[in-house]
Amino acid sequence: MLKLPIYLDNNATTPMDPRVLEAMLPYFTDNFGNAASRNHSFGWKAEEAVDYAREQMAALINADAKEIIITSGATESNNLAIKGVFEMYAAKGNHFITVETEHKAVLDTLKHIEKAGAEVTYLKAREDGLITIEQVEAAIKPNTVLASIMYANNEIGVIQPIREIAQLCKSKGVLFHTDATQAVGKIPVDVIADGIDLMSFSGHKMYGPKGVGVLYVRRKNPRIKVTAQMDGGGHERGMRSGTLNVPGIVGLGKACELCRLEMAEDTARISKMRDRLEQSLLVLEESYINGNTEHRLPHVSNMSFKYVEGEGLIMGVKDIAVSSGSACTSASLEPSYVLKALGLDDELAHSSLRFGLSRFTTDEEVDFAINHVKEAVTKLRDMSPLWEMFKEGIDLKTIVWQEH
Amino acid sequence: MAYSEKVIDHYTNPRNIGTLDKSSKQVGTGLVGAPECGDVMRLQIEVDEVTGIIKDAKFKTFGCGSAIASSSLATEWLKGKSVNDALKIDNMDIVEELALPPVKIHCSVLAEDAIKSAINDYRVKNGLEPIEDDKKHY
Repeated sequence: MLKLPIYLDNNATTPMDPRVLEAMLPYFTDNFGNAASRNHSFGWKAEEAVDYAREQMAALINADAKEIIITSGATESNNLAIKGVFEMYAAKGNHFITVETEHKAVLDTLKHIEKAGAEVTYLKAREDGLITIEQVEAAIKPNTVLASIMYANNEIGVIQPIREIAQLCKSKGVLFHTDATQAVGKIPVDVIADGIDLMSFSGHKMYGPKGVGVLYVRRKNPRIKVTAQMDGGGHERGMRSGTLNVPGIVGLGKACELCRLEMAEDTARISKMRDRLEQSLLVLEESYINGNTEHRLPHVSNMSFKYVEGEGLIMGVKDIAVSSGSACTSASLEPSYVLKALGLDDELAHSSLRFGLSRFTTDEEVDFAINHVKEAVTKLRDMSPLWEMFKEGIDLKTIVWQEH
Repeated sequence: MAYSEKVIDHYTNPRNIGTLDKSSKQVGTGLVGAPECGDVMRLQIEVDEVTGIIKDAKFKTFGCGSAIASSSLATEWLKGKSVNDALKIDNMDIVEELALPPVKIHCSVLAEDAIKSAINDYRVKNGLEPIEDDKKHY
């Protein structure tokens, strides 16, 4: 029997893997020590667990354990990377480069430092969500200190040409940061081969716990430092003070290890299900995939169903948990800024659904989702005046709408 | 967001979905909203030639659950009313009946506008002056 609703919003967060929980449990009770306590075995045990977890995290991204700065999550990591570089490298320059389709944790942090005197170039993504090396190259100036470009997009899953961008940045003496929250644990990410200087990721997007994340900070070629945004006991090589969240760190370490060992197998299975979901829904007339399909995460699909409205559609697919490009529910009536940045018509941006599959998604659940979405789209189109006009061959762009 | 039971009921079992012959003199059609705003309502009334009573009402709506429910409810209320009584339907009556939250009040406004727009279409077709809307919604 299927348990409803079916969770297909794994880009928002993933359930924790039971093996992760199991690894964490002793660190809430028996091994509760403070990893910074140097005088007794409680502290030593905690420190040992943290060191081990750091190795597990480093192994997943081919980093050194000393390069792992533990934070509360990717939002904090992005803040620390951007504000930390802005302050640490102020003498070098004040120009930053990013992309319009970044996560708000990057965009709003950049907005913040703009007020403090930074200059930011926002690159426009192409229709498929990708940017080109040429765009980055053209934006680099003598005072550019950092380019921050996400590894894979959270709404449409497209993967940017990170390795090429990082190499370009290196050749121009520009630091390179990537928000890899959606990518780490899902696709191979190698900070050495890719040439990444700073990288953010989070536990809860990869079957780990919430409230713990990482900022990778390169220590060699070049050695990078960021100014701490949280002052205190000088934890994390002075870059992030605060008593370590030992159970969370142990959990994230375990989650990283599982992803490293099982990624290939998970990807093969999940991408097959994703493709089946997508192909089955593309059978519906006037349905579209948003974003590049070649350079894309294996578990994400963002689709638009023209002439139905996103929030109405979300209500119609109540037995599956997905997210909509339409932000009506959050009281602002704006459709997704990411989809709009790709140049999507408003009505397509409004009528999109994001499906995010996981390690725990089953074929049976995908079958259910396919039928459920098909039924809802068909039902809503039957009551959509726009669908009727489309069927009558009326071009909606010729109609003078009474806007509110 | 949690929808009220009545919104869910109208969304799940919408009343009076459909299309009336918009070329008929007895039919008034109102099309309000815009696709880029995420709401388009089309509401139609069919007025009895002799009695002046609205004998049928149909709608089609592109929009959220509250927009669909507002227009569905409007068609229910319109049927059996005289055109003059139909003009008295106020958006706040819809808000109250469906327990719409503040963020969804615009759906009820759209429904009221659709009613007025349909009535005016009917009036103009039958050689009457359109009624000026004294309520400023936007």
